[in-house]
Amino acid sequence: MSDATFACKKSHSEPGPGDAGKTGSWRVLRPIINVNLCIPAKTNKMACFNCWLYCPDGVVTRTIPPTINYEYCKGCEICAEECPVAAIQMVEETKLIKKEK
Amino acid sequence: MHIIESGNVAAASGVKLARAQVIAAYPITPQTPLTEKLSEFVDAGEMQAEYIPVESEHSALAVCIAASSTGARAFTATSANGLLYMVEQVHWAAGARLPIVMCVVNRGIGAPWTVWNDHQDSISQRDAGWIQLYACDHQQIIDTVIQAFLLAETVSIPVMVCYDGYLLSHTYMPFDVPDPDKVDEFLPAFKPAYALDPKQPANLNTVTLPDIRPDVRGNLAPGYMEIRHNLHVDLRRAIDKVAEIDARFQKIFNRGGHPFIEPYCCEDADFIAVCLGSLSYQLRDVVDELREEGLKAGVAGLRLYRPFPEQAMVELLAKAKGVVVFEKALSYGNQGALFTDIKAALYPGPARPFVKNFILGLGGREIKTADLLKTFREACTQGPASIDTPQWIGLKL
Repeated sequence: MSDATFACKKSHSEPGPGDAGKTGSWRVLRPIINVNLCIPAKTNKMACFNCWLYCPDGVVTRTIPPTINYEYCKGCEICAEECPVAAIQMVEETKLIKKEK
Repeated sequence: MHIIESGNVAAASGVKLARAQVIAAYPITPQTPLTEKLSEFVDAGEMQAEYIPVESEHSALAVCIAASSTGARAFTATSANGLLYMVEQVHWAAGARLPIVMCVVNRGIGAPWTVWNDHQDSISQRDAGWIQLYACDHQQIIDTVIQAFLLAETVSIPVMVCYDGYLLSHTYMPFDVPDPDKVDEFLPAFKPAYALDPKQPANLNTVTLPDIRPDVRGNLAPGYMEIRHNLHVDLRRAIDKVAEIDARFQKIFNRGGHPFIEPYCCEDADFIAVCLGSLSYQLRDVVDELREEGLKAGVAGLRLYRPFPEQAMVELLAKAKGVVVFEKALSYGNQGALFTDIKAALYPGPARPFVKNFILGLGGREIKTADLLKTFREACTQGPASIDTPQWIGLKL
């Protein structure tokens, strides 16, 4: 019985990356992986991956070495906190942006 | 079939006739017998519905939101602090455009605790984006519940059916239970424009950013402001639908005819009382007495409070000299909400009857017909007030 002229604008969308926008722009601190310390990178074994496991946004890859998708990483610092060998450093975005410019 | 039953049973019978598919409610006085009756209907196999017990009102409405998202006809009911406990979900249901129907069995809000009737609970939710209908007697309760499902599903906006706790919920009155076949004719099975389907996953009402943005396919999707604007526009358009649905109901059941405001002796009235709920029927006795005294009085019971039917209200009041708004609720620190709405509706037009506001019956304080008579008579004869503040009836200072 619904009238199609009503509720023409609703928040319904197809799931996919970026449905909530490029959340990487929210980031203040950028996690950077030091491949000289990172366990899978150093040992060339599919091991550890705490960063991948704990990332609440699923932007860390389970690869050798792990990579971070900066388009969506919000910089929450959980990966750096969970890394058992302190291989992830949080660097201020402002410093990096200046350098990148 | 005419039966003599309570207002809560009238509501439950309406929900049964409307063939609600999912019911989730948490008991609270004075709504409890309504949910108990529905659980009995489901248990006895008289209703093909899922009755989902929940641990709170917040969960009750959350269940209805989920059920409605999948295309089920969902119903809940609550009162007072129960309504307040589900407030987050109340606003959500409207923003999500889900055609849920909820009975609010009007009761005062704590603190201090009260279980008795006033209108503060539903009035506090007037800005939530729901349609609010008020019933004045048992017949209107059952009829309005049935109409509410058709209205909600037509305009994709949830509807509250409000009726007075105890005064209607627990009193027994004769009323007609509509013929089920006729109800099926009036209210066909719910065919949602959209239903969540596991085979086609979707994001519903995920975070929006301040501006609009492209969706995953690169098409611009409406943002928060566009979606909320659409809700407002559709609420305004729903006023016509309320009238259409009332006309359709009248054609099939031969009842109705006053979808927005139910007038009594208003055609030639110099003074019109306006209020919500069963109070309007009590005021009919007062109007009869004032008419005998030679005062041209009338009373209007507002049936549709949100969206506010300004046009109908202005047409009704334009010829009156004075309007007296009796309210069982208050925008604390200001005035009665209905009072401010009526003044705002009259302001742009040429007709400016004086408008007075009386607050009464809070927390179930007895409303004596003699007090109403005295107040209404004095309000009429004394003319415009020098101050615009509400006066209180029955206050014992």
